[in-house]
Amino acid sequence: MALEFSPETYKKFEAMMNRYPKKEAALLPVLCLAQQEFGHLGQEAIEYVARLMDQPPARVCGVVSFYTMLNTKPIGRHHIQVCRTLSCALRGAEQLTGFLKKTLGIEVGQTTAEGRFTLSEVECLASCGTAPMMQINDDYYENLTNEKVTEILASLK
Amino acid sequence: MEKILLRNIYVPDSHTLAVYRSHNGYQSWEKVIKGLRPEQLIEEIKASGLRGRGGAGFPTGMKWGFVPKDSPKPKYMVCNADESEPGTFKDRLLIERDPHAIIEGTLIAAYAIQSHTAFIYIRGELAFGAGVLERAVDEAILAGYIGKNILESGYDLDLIVHRGAGAYICGEETALLSSLEGGRGWPKLKPPFPATHGLFGCPTVVNNVETLAALPWIIEKGAAAYAAMGTEKSKGTKLFSVSGHIRYPGVYEVEMGYPFMKFLQEDCGGVPNGRKLKGVIPGGASMPVLRPEEIENVKLDYESVQAAGSLLGSGGVIVMDETTCMVRAAWNIARFFAHESCGQCSPCREGCHWMEKIFQRIEQGEGDEDDLDLILNVSGNIMGNTICPFGDAAAMPAAAFIKKYREEFEAHIAQKRCTVIS
Repeated sequence: MALEFSPETYKKFEAMMNRYPKKEAALLPVLCLAQQEFGHLGQEAIEYVARLMDQPPARVCGVVSFYTMLNTKPIGRHHIQVCRTLSCALRGAEQLTGFLKKTLGIEVGQTTAEGRFTLSEVECLASCGTAPMMQINDDYYENLTNEKVTEILASLK
Repeated sequence: MEKILLRNIYVPDSHTLAVYRSHNGYQSWEKVIKGLRPEQLIEEIKASGLRGRGGAGFPTGMKWGFVPKDSPKPKYMVCNADESEPGTFKDRLLIERDPHAIIEGTLIAAYAIQSHTAFIYIRGELAFGAGVLERAVDEAILAGYIGKNILESGYDLDLIVHRGAGAYICGEETALLSSLEGGRGWPKLKPPFPATHGLFGCPTVVNNVETLAALPWIIEKGAAAYAAMGTEKSKGTKLFSVSGHIRYPGVYEVEMGYPFMKFLQEDCGGVPNGRKLKGVIPGGASMPVLRPEEIENVKLDYESVQAAGSLLGSGGVIVMDETTCMVRAAWNIARFFAHESCGQCSPCREGCHWMEKIFQRIEQGEGDEDDLDLILNVSGNIMGNTICPFGDAAAMPAAAFIKKYREEFEAHIAQKRCTVIS
């Protein structure tokens, strides 16, 4: 079956299209909506959004590939993103990533076998005063220690 | 010192309209929309001496003044909440704790340029902050501060919260506008400037969160009260985000011209664990690092930091103690810029990756003695040769690390390992 938005999501899409002075401005929010709905933005999702927005798929693809939050490949249910930039690095980000790799048994860029966690390293998330930190899906976890990370992972199903 | 930007953030429920209003919230907006002509408002902000807090320090009133009054095109006001400069987290605090101050400031600025559609472009990762802002905008719409015929003034204004999707470059104003138009976040050549050719080719002003959040106070207390604070050329107060090897990391509001060393040692508690200070980046990772002796008499204002050989930038202060490997720090920053280069201009696209690779090989004990001059050469070839200031932002810190800690880089190369961390 071809990919398409659920009726509720389609309503959100229509609201987005009417929010902006020009409809192409809605592309980024629509792509985020599509990623929420489909999990990631594979070729089929890109072509679907391109059709909806009346834009060439190549242009939509160019936009998707530009932004780090838009995933072209499937990711785990919990996307762990550890900040690796200087302020976090000065306060143990590398050790934190090492601990996560060991605990999850995966390398950066990989997903655990059951699809629960994906581990990524990202650049500065504006949380430098509470370093080291990680973002899991929409949530920030700050001032991390190995003990805290263990608890956080256990709380995520 | 009276707090201007952080005056509300410690009040419980400071993010709600009720609390904001109980602290004089939206009175400035009411005063502006009912009693000031746009020209008067622009003159008032010019008189306050307020300068853009995103990093460039351009006078805010002057920026507004560049918008043509007789243009038949719609005008757009954009609040830049794409805070991504490494070491900077001040805007995030305001977004989460005082969203109405940002909204009120955005409305005031929109009125100054006679815009009827305003945007807050917030970086995509700040999902929590975007939710806070969206709820605050909804509250302000219900209260009649945003929408049609605002407070029966006859003025219409919409405000749209727009989320990015992860790209440092979108903090650069022309890249932000490209992104807001639904494209890749590619910067555009200036001139023409956004004031005449901005969003969808229409006159547009982009102001930083912190700049806009200062406006309600300035309108409330008057330009003279704001201009009475700070130094001759750097007026008012500024937020500093302090991180790294420091006892009390966090966001501080200080009067412009405050002594840098005193700020670090007294306000921020100094370097912990009895260690010595080795270097400080004063304005976010784009700005040249300073050695401790270089900041001895420096004051926290645009001119003083510039005279010391760096820039105040976003006020992102990153502190490094004596245990920091400067080769590793430089590599970390170079890697950031290599990751974030938008790829439009060859000097930046190629140069950032070369600098990262060379720093990496030095760090890993595979560098040779020519590598330092090679990085300086690459850095010099990026400077000034790109569409937007990103190129300079990548080139400046790389060169500064080598020039200021050259002996450490040379030792690292000669001994093929870090000489700081055993």
